[in-house]
Amino acid sequence: MPKTVEEKTKVVVRFAGDSGDGMQLTGDRFTSATAILGNDLATLPDFPAEIRAPAGTVHGVSAFQIQFASEDVTTPGDHPNVLVAMNPAALKANVDLVERGGTIIVNEDAFNQRALGRAGYASDPTSDGTLDGYQVYRVPMTTITLRATEGLGITKKEAERSKNMFALGLVSWMYGRPTEVSLDWLERRFAGKPQILDANIAAFKAGYNFGETTELFAHSYRVAPAPAEPGTYRNVSGATALAWGLVTASVRSGLPLFYASYPITPASELLHELSRLKNFGVRTLQAEDEIAAANVALGASFAGCLGATGTSGPGMDLKAETLGLAVALELPMVIVDVQRAGPSTGMPTKTEQGDLLLALFGRHGEAPMPVVAASSPADCFDTAIEAARIAVRYRTPVILLSDTFLANSTEPWRIPDVDGLPTIDPNFAKGPNAGAEFLPYLRDENLARPWAVPGTPGLRHRIGGLEKEDGTGDISYDSHNHERMSAIRAAKVDRVADDVPPLEVEGDVDADLLVLGWGSTLGTIRAAARRVREAGRKVATAHLRHLCPMPSNTGPIVKRYQLVLIPEMNSGQLAMLIRARYLVDAKTFAKIQGLPIFAEELESAILEVLV
Amino acid sequence: MSEQVDGKTTALTKKDFASDLEVRWCPGCGDYAILAAVQSFMPELGIEPDRTVFVSGIGCSGRFTYYMDTYGVHGIHGRAPAIATGIATARPDLCVWVVTGDGDALSIGGNHLIHALRRNVNLKILMFNNQIYGLTKGQYSPTSEEGKVTKSTPFGSVDHPFNPIALALGAEGTFVARTIDNDRQHLTEVLRAAAAHKGAAFVEIYQNCNVFNDGAFDLLREKPEGLHNQIRLEHGQPIVFDEGRRCVSVGENGRLVISDVTATPPDRIIVHDVHGRPSLAFALAHTSPTPTEPTCIGVFREVERPVYGEAMMSQIQMATERLGQGDLATLLRSGDTWEVKAG
Repeated sequence: MPKTVEEKTKVVVRFAGDSGDGMQLTGDRFTSATAILGNDLATLPDFPAEIRAPAGTVHGVSAFQIQFASEDVTTPGDHPNVLVAMNPAALKANVDLVERGGTIIVNEDAFNQRALGRAGYASDPTSDGTLDGYQVYRVPMTTITLRATEGLGITKKEAERSKNMFALGLVSWMYGRPTEVSLDWLERRFAGKPQILDANIAAFKAGYNFGETTELFAHSYRVAPAPAEPGTYRNVSGATALAWGLVTASVRSGLPLFYASYPITPASELLHELSRLKNFGVRTLQAEDEIAAANVALGASFAGCLGATGTSGPGMDLKAETLGLAVALELPMVIVDVQRAGPSTGMPTKTEQGDLLLALFGRHGEAPMPVVAASSPADCFDTAIEAARIAVRYRTPVILLSDTFLANSTEPWRIPDVDGLPTIDPNFAKGPNAGAEFLPYLRDENLARPWAVPGTPGLRHRIGGLEKEDGTGDISYDSHNHERMSAIRAAKVDRVADDVPPLEVEGDVDADLLVLGWGSTLGTIRAAARRVREAGRKVATAHLRHLCPMPSNTGPIVKRYQLVLIPEMNSGQLAMLIRARYLVDAKTFAKIQGLPIFAEELESAILEVLV
Repeated sequence: MSEQVDGKTTALTKKDFASDLEVRWCPGCGDYAILAAVQSFMPELGIEPDRTVFVSGIGCSGRFTYYMDTYGVHGIHGRAPAIATGIATARPDLCVWVVTGDGDALSIGGNHLIHALRRNVNLKILMFNNQIYGLTKGQYSPTSEEGKVTKSTPFGSVDHPFNPIALALGAEGTFVARTIDNDRQHLTEVLRAAAAHKGAAFVEIYQNCNVFNDGAFDLLREKPEGLHNQIRLEHGQPIVFDEGRRCVSVGENGRLVISDVTATPPDRIIVHDVHGRPSLAFALAHTSPTPTEPTCIGVFREVERPVYGEAMMSQIQMATERLGQGDLATLLRSGDTWEVKAG
């Protein structure tokens, strides 16, 4: 029977299996093929904190979701159209997310009595009516993979491990993904292991051919390329983009990057990525603890490097003391906070935006510092450069907020022309600044103090955490001097507001409602606003990259709208700031589930406000 | 200040290293003697004050940085070794000193100290040990003896103290030494050896706090007791003290003991070896539980190991030679890419 090809605008696929089943890899490969085909896309890995939770249990399930489309994609999608479940636990953990009437492909071989029991199923959900209303395909993936890899001289266990490639092959057929992208990758990956390579290729092809030849699947789908600006593209995760942004800031400033960090999920990815880039002169140091990491970075900045540190969750608490010192020393430094669900250890692999107020205020005394937030995986690149720019120009620590979702998600990125990227002038102090004297706290027009690095002849000075006398930097306990210095430090940070682009309103500028966001909710806000408009209602949106200080026009904009709704993956931290700063009755849409906000959830919230 | 004449630096003097800030330790504090010794000794290193950095933590010792006319960072409590690690690693060309105290280095900053030592960061760490918290006005410290009565231990401390030398040796310190604040000559000799050492040098300086813990080291510091109780370690020399009357020798079960020279066969007297196994240095650190008995001073151990900052820089150099100088455009285009054409 000839198979028909059905056209689709957008599709959400979710691969789910045991932690050891290779689902992240399968998703990554599917993503690469999809990117190269020219679809727009967004991905969301969703994995447990345990490295290898007991096999077959619901809490050991690892999943990878991708939305791809022939149009602009802003989120990984709320509800998968297709779920690939490698075992009963994967089905159980994910079935509720699947859209009604959606497609569920299960590895039939894994649905035995024992596995069903481990997942907590009393009977087989694929045959007992549980999945009525879904299109269920039961495919004996393990059996076919074993048959396809017979005679290749590998063990049964090794053969079975290739079944994720069977799943990849099958879904690649379903959506007409180019096979050579995956096959080329396998060639590279298993270059030194010919037998394993052959097994993986055999499994991939078996999956692809299974779709094409069996009568189980009546048709495949086509998702046309999405329109995009001309250029060279790649797929990029937030973690990689952020690391590359820091390296770019180093190259474009001429300051060696010194990144000190303590291993913590999910910020460790930054340390991993940067430690590979030694040929860019990047110094990486895995410190003995979070506190040391911050202090090493600060010391490196004093010595003339671009000092940076990164952390997540509780690590941010531990760095607070050092950030206060950095405020007092007035040295450039970038602190990356890849936010994760708290309090305490919380949910280390789950996302949250709970650190906004911590970033702004989480230090003793009056200790203001600029805070910026990235809004998409690719935006992590630009935001990292921006953080470094502000840090160097204003001689201040800058907190860069990312989150677990941004760090792990990927999206296509038009690779920028390097020559068009901003340059950063370290503007080191070269000589005396007050007659024959050097005063370390004499300021320039930006209120920034001179950065005189050790080794510079004649500019010896001592700085420290004790309050300093305005200008000379000598220790001072004078009460009026303290008030003046506190005001200067605050004014310096405030001044950044005039040096950043104004807040832009998108969509229906004349709407009654403004949806204001920050950080990783950008995609969701755009998707939800689009749905609201499709429903015939008007909505304006705006997104803050600079949280401290906010762009100068933030107040006028939020005051212009009758209604302001702020969606956040916290209990309303930005809303609290907006209400306090601008006396605007901003409303909160909060979600604290360790997951991104879904477009449909926000759409409902918007429509509710508009009633 | 020294001057550049025909590209050569004229001799530096003590004045070149003294800042114009008024020194404000309590009158009679041992810190004055240490400051004077350091300022006097620095010129002989021949390193410009411009390339010298002092980093300190919190406590009375923390003020040291302000009194040196060099580059300096007065950091936060316990973190000086971490800040200094950033400086020394980023800039192997600098001469970086850490000034800390027993509370700063061994309590709140214990973790940073041991890791700076094991990494062998090129730091000269001077730990002023006065066995008390001075700046917070007299609480017991991690080196205070058991039973110590202070404001926070009115019934006596039940904490067992650290032995700083043993701790530094246990942390794989490559240079570990002890000296005394008021013995200018010995102090200077130890500083000289520390400065000459490549890598982390840990120097414990017994320092009298005449306000909150006066006399803690009298048995070693004062004459004539000091003469009897200081066990001066000298590399390659038999360990004999108390004007030649007593010695450190191998006793029963191979343990080190203090014995009368006349009653000890010469071949059982320990000959000090700073380059040898750490067990000897460790045993010498334990000749007395507290400085109230004969106690070793001098260099306990001095061995060579790769210096942290240099090792990091050589990795960067190797990677650059192997991969070529990093190129941003190439990096951003690494991996799978695709083209979108106009129209």
